Amino acid sequence: MEPIHLHKIDYTILAAYVAFVIGIGWMLSRYMKTSADFLTSARSIPTWVTGLAFISANLGALELVGMAASGAKYGIATAHFYWVGAIPAMIFLAVFMMPFYYGSKARSVPEYLKMRFDERVRALNSVAFAVMTIFASGISMNALAKLLHSLLGWDYNVALWISSGVVLLYVLKGGLTSAIYTEVLQFFMIVLGFAPVVWLGLKDVGGWHAMNHSLQTVATNPAALYLKDAGTTYAANAWTSAWQPVLAGPANNPMGVDWFAMIFGLGFVLSFGYWCTNFLVVQRAMAAKNMTAARNTPLVAAVPKMFFPFLVIVPGMIAAALMTMPDKGYRIPPPILSEAIYAKAVAAVKAADAAAPAAAVAAVHDALGKKIDDGKIASLIAANAASKLTDVQIKQGLYNSIAENDYDGVILSLVKKYCPAGLLGLALTALLASFMSGMAGNVTAFNTVFTYDIYQAYFAKGKSDHHYFLTGKVITVVGILLSICAAYFASMYNNCMDIIQLVFGFVNAPLFATFLLGMFWKRTTGTGAFLGLFGGIGSSALFHALTIAQGNAPGIKGGYLKVVSTFPSEMAQNFWLAAFAFIACFTLTLVISLATRSQKTDADLKGLVYSLTPKIVDNNLPVYQKPAVVGVVLLIVCVILNFLFW
Amino acid sequence: MGLDIRWPIGLMFALIGALLTGYGVLNRVAAVTQVQGQEVNIDLIWGVVLLIFGVLMLLGAIRGGKTPPAA
Repeated sequence: MEPIHLHKIDYTILAAYVAFVIGIGWMLSRYMKTSADFLTSARSIPTWVTGLAFISANLGALELVGMAASGAKYGIATAHFYWVGAIPAMIFLAVFMMPFYYGSKARSVPEYLKMRFDERVRALNSVAFAVMTIFASGISMNALAKLLHSLLGWDYNVALWISSGVVLLYVLKGGLTSAIYTEVLQFFMIVLGFAPVVWLGLKDVGGWHAMNHSLQTVATNPAALYLKDAGTTYAANAWTSAWQPVLAGPANNPMGVDWFAMIFGLGFVLSFGYWCTNFLVVQRAMAAKNMTAARNTPLVAAVPKMFFPFLVIVPGMIAAALMTMPDKGYRIPPPILSEAIYAKAVAAVKAADAAAPAAAVAAVHDALGKKIDDGKIASLIAANAASKLTDVQIKQGLYNSIAENDYDGVILSLVKKYCPAGLLGLALTALLASFMSGMAGNVTAFNTVFTYDIYQAYFAKGKSDHHYFLTGKVITVVGILLSICAAYFASMYNNCMDIIQLVFGFVNAPLFATFLLGMFWKRTTGTGAFLGLFGGIGSSALFHALTIAQGNAPGIKGGYLKVVSTFPSEMAQNFWLAAFAFIACFTLTLVISLATRSQKTDADLKGLVYSLTPKIVDNNLPVYQKPAVVGVVLLIVCVILNFLFW
Repeated sequence: MGLDIRWPIGLMFALIGALLTGYGVLNRVAAVTQVQGQEVNIDLIWGVVLLIFGVLMLLGAIRGGKTPPAA
């Protein structure tokens, strides 16, 4: 695919956006007087703002790119990440957990853990969180800079440093408030920037029903689109029904998961673990101006979140549908290959002997180094033999013959297909906005945890507030520089990044068990929580070492000790791993807590544990502001969505 | 905090909407995309949508009674 060409109008839109986000940081800078202003927004922000920031901080570029990719690979079942995953967890956070986070006056999630348990649990959580945030930020920056490089021809370094520089400018000026306010602006930018692409794409495939009709063809022969190996076939509704293929068993859905892994592994352990304990998102709610606003933050967020699949997953489905329509001239981009490789392959096609097609196809295959569609290459060679094709035509033919897809390119390939100058600038600005909101989210969570939970707790107790205010600012710069280092690291050692992401999985999977027991069972002790968490992390590592997904070789993907069990897909392996780690951590924490004495009295635990905290009385609130009522309504809507796409 | 976020959001989208609308009106060829064989001047259409959104945000900010803080 040729690089996309930007026009003046596109650059103007991009510049207007950058000017506004920096301007917001500038306007807020004069309100930044104390470390609390800078790091926790001094609990002053209205609900709708924290609510939209809550989803925006999570809506990094990787989510946009990744969800469209999964939409193409797995169809509407990808929406389970929202309708089974995020929404119920967000409602649980709002109704049950927020009162403890906000009511305890903790400034961060690790600080809550210190109040509830002890210093050890806080140290474990804060250090793990700080390291993970930096790497998460770096991985996403690397992915975006690579994307901008391959599709716009921008220099990798320039893309990386300029986008990080903009984030640094507004976060350094306005702290968490600035990050939250710009996240709201970014939220609208992302929605309004991608909505026209989805609308045009749907119109082009002939509407929703026509798209689903095409996806039935995809499901019965996914190999035709290089989605699965030859011979794989599914029921016609595998891409268009969210539940039926999952209920039919792992062999009958492209994700290769079963209903238990989906509901317990993803829906309960992974989603609750992420949405209810990750300080990156919880921090947004903790910045709200009062308890009601804090509890309503995830609920406000849940409303748009519920409909996000139509914005982020449907583009992938449109892409898969377009591939079944030869007249549209579209394919999901193949893996990015350098010009030199294409030149070698073009030469191989030109030198090919049409009389010996098998040898010629093998030569082209060697030149490209990817899986290829033998039939298409053979006809390309024949066409070239019949009437000399130009290099550009041959290259296009080769591009279409690569039998592998680079799903991460889906979203930008649609932007390229449908956006004229002007709209193109808007869509790319939306992509950059998602990147910046994700990065600012990571950085503001990192600087708070580092300043309060690591620096203040262990290195410099009892200094003046001004000292911590300055530390927060310095740590913001350090955090961004470390993220840039992590991005370069990710660009150099892909394999190491896989390992790091794997370790994140081990650390995160058991965490929700610790919170659940800590918040709802007052008998849980610090020792129980600490050892349970370690045991949970250890058992997820062990689980991974003993299991593997079909088609993977033992090694980094699992099974390096011994293969005890084989899962139909990596996703199934991950969901089961999470379920296993949760149960291990839960059981260990429970047993050890029963065997040890709690250091905390009931008075210490007031406001931190469910049974020892006075219930919040919402009688004075109007019905639409009562978290429990709103939560139930949202849950019903979510169930309806599940049924609509059954 | 003394900033009503609706001001910058409204101003930015009104500005970008106006830019897109203007571009769509002036460039009848460059601003057009092909969908199902039909030509759609999406810059014009979406520019107007953004402009309306921006103006609504600004109206909300004005009705909210807060003035934009002096820069």
